[in-house]
Amino acid sequence: MKLLKLVPENTNLDFMRWRNVALILSLIATVVSISYTVYRGLNLGVDFVGGQLIRVSFSQPVDVERLRAQVDSLHLGEASISEFGGPKTFQIRLPKPPGDASAANSVAEHVKAEVEKDYPGAKIESVDTVSGKVSAELADNSALAIALAMLGIALYIWFRFEWQFGVGALLTLGHDVAMTLGFFAFTRLQVDLNVVAAFLTIVGYSLNDTVVIYDRIREDLRKYRKMAILPLINLSLNETLARTVVTSLTVLIALGVLMLIGPEVIFGLAIAIFLGVLIGTYSSIYISAPVLVWLGVKPDSFLKTDEKDEAPNAKAAV
Amino acid sequence: MLEFPRWKVTLLWLIVAIGVLLSIPSLISSTPLAGHWPKFLPQYKINLGLDLAGGSHLLLEADARDALKLRLQSMEDAVQTELRHDPRIDVGDISTSGGRISFMVRNPTQVDAAVERLRKLTQPVGLTGNRDWDVQVVDSTRVVLTPTQSGTIQTMKDAMSVARDVVRRRIDPGGTKEITVVTEGNNRILVEVPGTDNPEELKALIGQTARLEFKLVDLAADPEAVRQGRAPPGSQVLPLADGTGFMAVKRRVMVSGDQLTDAKQSFDQNNQPDIDITFNTAGARRFGRVTQENVGKPFAIILDDKILSAPNINEPILGGRAQISGNFTVKSAHDLAVSLSSGKLPVKLNVIEERSIGPDLGTDSIHKGALASVVGVAGVIIFMLVTYGRFGVYANIALVVNAFLILGIMAMFNATLTLPGIAGFILTIGAAVDANVLINERIREELRRGRRILDAVDTGYKEAMRAIFDANVTHVISASIMAYFGSGPVRGFAVVLLIGVVTSVFTAVYFTRMLVALYLHRVRPRALHI
Repeated sequence: MKLLKLVPENTNLDFMRWRNVALILSLIATVVSISYTVYRGLNLGVDFVGGQLIRVSFSQPVDVERLRAQVDSLHLGEASISEFGGPKTFQIRLPKPPGDASAANSVAEHVKAEVEKDYPGAKIESVDTVSGKVSAELADNSALAIALAMLGIALYIWFRFEWQFGVGALLTLGHDVAMTLGFFAFTRLQVDLNVVAAFLTIVGYSLNDTVVIYDRIREDLRKYRKMAILPLINLSLNETLARTVVTSLTVLIALGVLMLIGPEVIFGLAIAIFLGVLIGTYSSIYISAPVLVWLGVKPDSFLKTDEKDEAPNAKAAV
Repeated sequence: MLEFPRWKVTLLWLIVAIGVLLSIPSLISSTPLAGHWPKFLPQYKINLGLDLAGGSHLLLEADARDALKLRLQSMEDAVQTELRHDPRIDVGDISTSGGRISFMVRNPTQVDAAVERLRKLTQPVGLTGNRDWDVQVVDSTRVVLTPTQSGTIQTMKDAMSVARDVVRRRIDPGGTKEITVVTEGNNRILVEVPGTDNPEELKALIGQTARLEFKLVDLAADPEAVRQGRAPPGSQVLPLADGTGFMAVKRRVMVSGDQLTDAKQSFDQNNQPDIDITFNTAGARRFGRVTQENVGKPFAIILDDKILSAPNINEPILGGRAQISGNFTVKSAHDLAVSLSSGKLPVKLNVIEERSIGPDLGTDSIHKGALASVVGVAGVIIFMLVTYGRFGVYANIALVVNAFLILGIMAMFNATLTLPGIAGFILTIGAAVDANVLINERIREELRRGRRILDAVDTGYKEAMRAIFDANVTHVISASIMAYFGSGPVRGFAVVLLIGVVTSVFTAVYFTRMLVALYLHRVRPRALHI
């Protein structure tokens, strides 16, 4: 059987030739993405702004406008109604009612009664009610968790490699998270707790490629002490290119399937990670690596510590 | 590195076999095969999260102000009872404003005696060395009781643990359901009830404090003053439950719901739903004595500071049984009966978060999730096979073993699988082969460099290990943070990722290395097709 080789042997692509163009483009994209997110805001789900989300499935397709009129007639505040996975399932989102939590309970009851009266066979699939207090905490915790994860990973990379690599990792993560945020701001996909889980996953997985490439750069730095930094990074990128492509593809295959035929409830999570992996693959080549050049990494710049740390390893590799 | 003695091979296969055995009960649990699983084999099963099994998740928060108010009230009662024991101490001008209890001792020589008695009422708080109330004398005749900080904290803590037990008894009087009731933080209780499709009933059960009190009606009160909310000393004005007005009742509690042994929904002579209650011995004796002394007078039945009814005492009630009527439906009477017999909540609980998932949505999610997992794994397997041939087969065997191990470990620890957890499972499958990709690519590279086969394989595994390790540590960092900060479903996702990191390193590195080593030893190939 002839084996599939997506990347030919011994490639010699000059990735670093485009490093400044790529960095500038990435920088612009990041800035645009962040400003757009700030300007337009994210479509935050009830998890983060409070309110109620009621999912209803009907026995036959229903007219959204009619449903909207019916829900509006209950005077429960501005309702937003959207299809959810098919013409027979809808989610009705209501703002959080003023007053205490018991007010929220009666809101769900109202909607339930109304829907069940008008549409025989309709079923309330799920109800999420989140008070303002809880949603504020969830939002704070989520932001904190993402920041901590980014910082923790950058620190680990610093600890395992050198400070330049840690900075590179942090910038790469910032870029990946910013781009994914921009995507959510642009598509108006709802950001709920699952999507935050996706962001944390991206923070872990987008660095996967970066770690592999950094590991190879470190190895080559030790091996080819006379080589200039640009060709050396190019060499490392080419050596790991086949692995980068194959791994990204396997993850994308698995996530693509989940996105296309998986449960609707976690579509947001699946698409966020899918996108994060794509962006992470790009940024591991065009952000993580060139940052090292900018920060002045040279073969002799961290030889001393390396020889100390890696002595047992080096011996074992002979 | 490629030497695998027999014991090591046996050990690795043993681990794999145990993993598979552990995972099977969970996999067949919803199929007809479930009954045929031999009893002597492990029976561990993975829990399904609420988002998959359907059910309700409620986060309750205690109303701290309510708890402190109750604490103040009960201390005030205790103070009055205590001082009544000594007829020489004459007090007046009792106030509970500002969260403190203060009163005047009319005879200055009795101040010390009063303070002495009150000190006995205060309790030491744990090992802090503080007491729960501070007793002070101000302006030589005024005694002030101030709640201490540690006392307040302790009160809240005690209230929460009682509240947790009460909530559990109310939702699950029989103690048979698999529900979760745990305290979270200082003032919250998390309730998870799988499989319920009626969250409203749950909330009705938890929503009532169910503080039942019997008090004598104050007949001497001026109706006009009562309308304005003023009551004579020693009495208080309470609203009627049906909202039709107010009534003055004596502050002193005749008997309270704490002295109940049982409460059941029943019907009165007019066939209206009511509640039959039974007092314990002390309660029955007290109720009997008070009714004996007050025949012909009305008493009020008070629930959560609202007067349900105020019947006349026609004759002494000596048997320790009574009926409570009020405008009940069968259901509301039943709910109240359950609430009463499970005890009053020491503090009012508000629902601050509710998530209810119908069972159908959960089933649908499981089906779609399972289908996506199978298709996703198949896709990855085909891709690995066409890319690495024999080495792809090894990676694929490792992949399947990995899937079993993740399920097996989750079953062993009784972990909860949530919907995002399924995504974590698929993601882990996709990412686990990364280790094999790294290794196989490295072997290809080393072969191209002209190394001999054994050497290339050996170096491939060794050199790839570093990157595999570092990459997995980054996953562990982000997944741990997720497990720490995340709630319910998200934590389920993190747990799968964490378990997946461990199992995938085992299967993708050690297990495949064994497969490769056995192959190389058996066949001694001249060239590697990789």
